Amino acid sequence: MNKHILILILGMMLVTYIPRLLPFLLVVKNKIPKKMNDFLSYIPYTALGALIIPGVFSATPQMTEASLVGISFAIIYGWYRGGIIIPVFGSVLVTYLMFLLL
Amino acid sequence: MYRELHSKEVFTIEKKKNCELKEGIKAGLPIVVGYIPIAMSFGILAKTVGLSMIDSFLFSAIVFAGASQFMALNLLVAGVGAGEIILTTLLVNFRHFLMSASLATKITKDMKKWIPLIAFGVTDESFSVASFKEGNLTKQFIIALQLLSYSAWVLGTVLGYGVGELLPPDITGSMGIALYAMFIAILLPEAKKSKKVLVLAILSGVFNTVFGYVHFLPKGWTMILAIVLSAGIGTYFDNRKEVQVCE
Repeated sequence: MNKHILILILGMMLVTYIPRLLPFLLVVKNKIPKKMNDFLSYIPYTALGALIIPGVFSATPQMTEASLVGISFAIIYGWYRGGIIIPVFGSVLVTYLMFLLL
Repeated sequence: MYRELHSKEVFTIEKKKNCELKEGIKAGLPIVVGYIPIAMSFGILAKTVGLSMIDSFLFSAIVFAGASQFMALNLLVAGVGAGEIILTTLLVNFRHFLMSASLATKITKDMKKWIPLIAFGVTDESFSVASFKEGNLTKQFIIALQLLSYSAWVLGTVLGYGVGELLPPDITGSMGIALYAMFIAILLPEAKKSKKVLVLAILSGVFNTVFGYVHFLPKGWTMILAIVLSAGIGTYFDNRKEVQVCE
């Protein structure tokens, strides 16, 4: 059982690490065409979009209303004031307070 | 005089390095808050499933990929073989290929040596933070960021396994919002600067939702297709603008 798990972990490590490493080796060695570079420059934005939606709507299944208020805080504060630390810690705090209140 | 200048320069470089290190740690704090409760629940689940402490630790320390670790536990319990679990892991984690490719365009000369380490630390979260760092990406920043995230993930796992429900569920539940709040806080200033970026991000989210709903792709590839498709659309409309300028 233990040996079986170890093989599984090593296998999972390989198939996770190789896709993480390979692009670095390819991109650093070869000069990539401009179009490809443009495409890659959009990846952070579109990745964020897909990471947020639809996951955010089921972030905390046991307290959806509270988490929606928490996320609203992050959106409103982030839009008007910016920054990362305050929106993140604030939304956690607001979610917690809402949970106590609701 | 030369010596004085020299030591002054060294001092400024050192100061800049320290500053980048500090920035990296600061940028990693939201990830720590987000990772700890998830890693702890992984540790708890691993214990419930019957894994040893060492195996649970190795899962987080060697694989270091949240969703696929949970999936592996679920499949193990369902009696699925290692080969199939590994294949599913490849599918689930392949989105990091895109993220690494994008991040690789920002690698500077002095980071090259650290590529094996930086590549290992690529997660949805470290990628998002590193991609939107103000100014150039530095090795001090990204390594501090990744090391902190990694420590939180591994430590959280061991803590969850060893201590179990350390924090009350209200608190861990609230902390579950942290990573989403972080993604949103990263995206908003960019969206404010460029409407196109906002549209592309929302488009990607809509694609992700619709493809997930229609269920025609294996898990993990829904997100990859959404990211690639909307980035492709962004690139395509870039070119059209350039052509118009030429005419």
